[in-house]
Amino acid sequence: MSHETYLFSRMDREDTHTLKGYEAQGGYQAFKKILSEGTSPTDVTGIVKDSGLRGRGGAGFPTGLKWSFMPDPTKDSRTRYMAVNADESEPGTCKDRILMERDPHGLLEGCMIAAWAMGLAGIYIYVRGEYRLSYARLDEAIQEARAAGLIGKNIMGSDFSCEVQMHKGAGAYICGEETGLMESLEGKRGHPRPKPPFPAGFGLWGQPTTVNNVESIFNVPFILERGSDWFKTMGTEKSPGNFLCGVSGHVEKPGVYEIALGTPASTILNEYAGGVWRGRELRAWIPGGSSTGFLRPEVIDTPMDHDSVKAVGSMFGTGAMIILDQTASVVRSALVLMNFYEHESCGQCSQCREGTEWLAQVFQRIHDGHGRMEDIDLLTDIANGMAPGKTICALADAAAIPTHSVIRNFRDELVEYVQEGGHAAVSKKRSLPLEVV
Amino acid sequence: MALTDALKEEFTELASHYPKRQAALIPALHRCQEDLGGWLSPEIIESVAEWFELEPVEVFGVASFYPMFFLKPVGKHIVSVCRNISCDLRGSEELLERVCQVTGAKAGANSTDGDFYVEQVECQGGCANAPMMVLDGIYHEDLTPDKAEAILGSLKR
Ligand SMILES: Cc1cc2nc3c(=O)[nH]c(=O)nc-3n(C[C@H](O)[C@H](O)[C@H](O)COP(=O)(O)O)c2cc1C
Ligand code: SF4
Ligand code: FES
Repeated sequence: MSHETYLFSRMDREDTHTLKGYEAQGGYQAFKKILSEGTSPTDVTGIVKDSGLRGRGGAGFPTGLKWSFMPDPTKDSRTRYMAVNADESEPGTCKDRILMERDPHGLLEGCMIAAWAMGLAGIYIYVRGEYRLSYARLDEAIQEARAAGLIGKNIMGSDFSCEVQMHKGAGAYICGEETGLMESLEGKRGHPRPKPPFPAGFGLWGQPTTVNNVESIFNVPFILERGSDWFKTMGTEKSPGNFLCGVSGHVEKPGVYEIALGTPASTILNEYAGGVWRGRELRAWIPGGSSTGFLRPEVIDTPMDHDSVKAVGSMFGTGAMIILDQTASVVRSALVLMNFYEHESCGQCSQCREGTEWLAQVFQRIHDGHGRMEDIDLLTDIANGMAPGKTICALADAAAIPTHSVIRNFRDELVEYVQEGGHAAVSKKRSLPLEVV
Repeated sequence: MALTDALKEEFTELASHYPKRQAALIPALHRCQEDLGGWLSPEIIESVAEWFELEPVEVFGVASFYPMFFLKPVGKHIVSVCRNISCDLRGSEELLERVCQVTGAKAGANSTDGDFYVEQVECQGGCANAPMMVLDGIYHEDLTPDKAEAILGSLKR
C-alpha cells in the first residue's frame, strides 16, 4: 500500500499553513518560476492539459481543457474571473476542508498559476459558511501572500496583477453547483442558471469565468513543478494522479486518505480504512458521495477511477466512499438522502421540486412499513421523470441516480421492507447478538 | 436594531472587493447576525437593504434562502446536529436524542429557558469523524451521546 504521495506531503509540519512554513518546503517556487521565466499562459494551460488532471469536484472534467475554454484575451478584452468551489457539501465529502485548514498556501499558489494561465483579474474562493477554520486560515494566507507581493498589484514586480478574495457562503448545497455558486457570490439566492451560456462565456457578473474545485487547483503547482509526465506516472491513463478519498460510515478507521486513482475500492476499505467495522460483512457501499448510487459488495474490487466506477454502474463523483455494514439498511440511507435532496432543491424546476418530495415520501412509507409492491416501479417512474437532462441543473440527477441504484442493486431489500413491514421489523431481524459487537 | 457605524464601515470594505456592491450582501448579513443579537430581525433586514440600495423584500428573499441565517430569535447557544448519511450510519439519531434531553430543546426549537436552540442540519463536511455537531460555530466530531452531554454540560454550569 505504499505509493508516492504529494497532496498531503506538507501536512506533517505544524506551520505549513503559514507562508514561512510553506516556503520552507519549496512553496511558491512553481509560480515564481513561471513568472520569472515568462512561461506563456498557453504553455501553462498546455501542461495542465497534458497532465490529464480531471476535476475533483464531482464531474471529472479535464481541468486544462476547461481553462482553454476561456476566450482569447486578444479577441475578448472583458475582465476574467475564477471562482474556486470550496462549498464542499456533497454528503460524505470532507477533503477540501483539510487542504484549506492545513495547507492554504498550496491552494493559493494553484490559484495564482491559474490566474496567469487564464489572465484572471480576480479570484473568489467561495468557502461554505460553516468552515470557520478554513476561512480563517485562507484569509491569513491571502494577507501574507499579498504582503509578500505574490497576490495583488504588480506581482513580483511584473505588470501582472490579480486579486484574491475569500467569500463566505451561508450553507446551501445548491451553491456548490457552479452556476448556483455564481448567483450566490453575486449576493442572490443560489438559483442555478440555465446553460448555455456557459461560465467561460457568461459567468460572474456576465464576464468570462472558470469554476474549479479546491482539490483540482491544489494539484496544479505540483504538476507545474514536477511536470506532466511525472503526474501521469500515478493513477490510470485516463485518470492520472492521486485523489483524496474520504472514507466514512461503518469502517474501523474513517478518514481522508491520499490514494492513487485506480486503486481498488477493496484496498482502500481494508488496508487504509481498516475494513468494515466490528468484523462485520459489507452490505453496500457508495463510491463517490451521496449522488453516485449504492453498489453491491460483489463489486468492491472495482478500481477507484472514473471509467472503472462508471463501468459498474455508478460514478467516481467526489471519491468519497460511504460504507454500510451487514446490519445497515440501504432503504434507510436512501431515505436520509432523499430527505436531503428534497430539502436542498432550489425549487425552480417542477420535476426536481416535486420529484424529490415524492421520492422522499415513497421511501418514507416503504421505510415505515406502509409500502406496496407497486411503489418500487413508482420510484423508477418518478426518477425517470426527473433526469437525465430534464432540469436546469444536475441536482435532480443527483436524487434520481441513487434511487435507480437502489432498485437495480437492492430490489431484494425493497421487497423485504414491503413484505416484512418496514424498518423496525427488518432491522430487528438484522441486528447481531451482542457478543459480535 | 440599527446598523452601527463600525458595521457600515465593514460593509464598505467588504463591497470594495467586488465589482458590484450586492456581492457583499451575504458576508454582510453574516456580520449582522454575529454582532446584532444572533438573528436577522425585520429591522436589521430593512437597514441592510437601505445600505445596499435594495428592497427589503429582496434582502429577505436572500436571507431566507440560506440555512445559516436565522429569521427568528434563537437561544443563546446554537447546537446543530448533522443528520446526513455518514452521521446517520454512526448514530446521529441517538446523539440528537441526548442533545435534546440535555438542553431541554426540541429539534428546530429553543429551550424554554432560552439557553439553547437545537437544529438538525445536513452534511457539514465532518463525515469521516461522524457523528458530529456544531456548537456555536465550533465543530465537535467523533461524538458519542455521553461526550456530547459532557460538552453541553460544561456550558450550562
Ligand atoms: C447539486 C450540485 C452540487 C455540487 N456541489 C459541489 C461542491 O460542493 N463542490 C464542488 O467542487 N463541486 C460541486 N459540484 C460540481 C460543480 O458544479 C462543478 O462541476 C465543479 O465545481 C467544477 O470543478 P472541477 O472541474 O474542478 O471539478 C456540484 C454540482 C451539483 C450539480
Ligand atoms: S434541478 Fe432542482 S436544484 Fe437544480 S435548478 Fe432545478 S429545481 Fe433547482
Ligand atoms: S454526513 Fe454528517 S458531516 Fe457529513
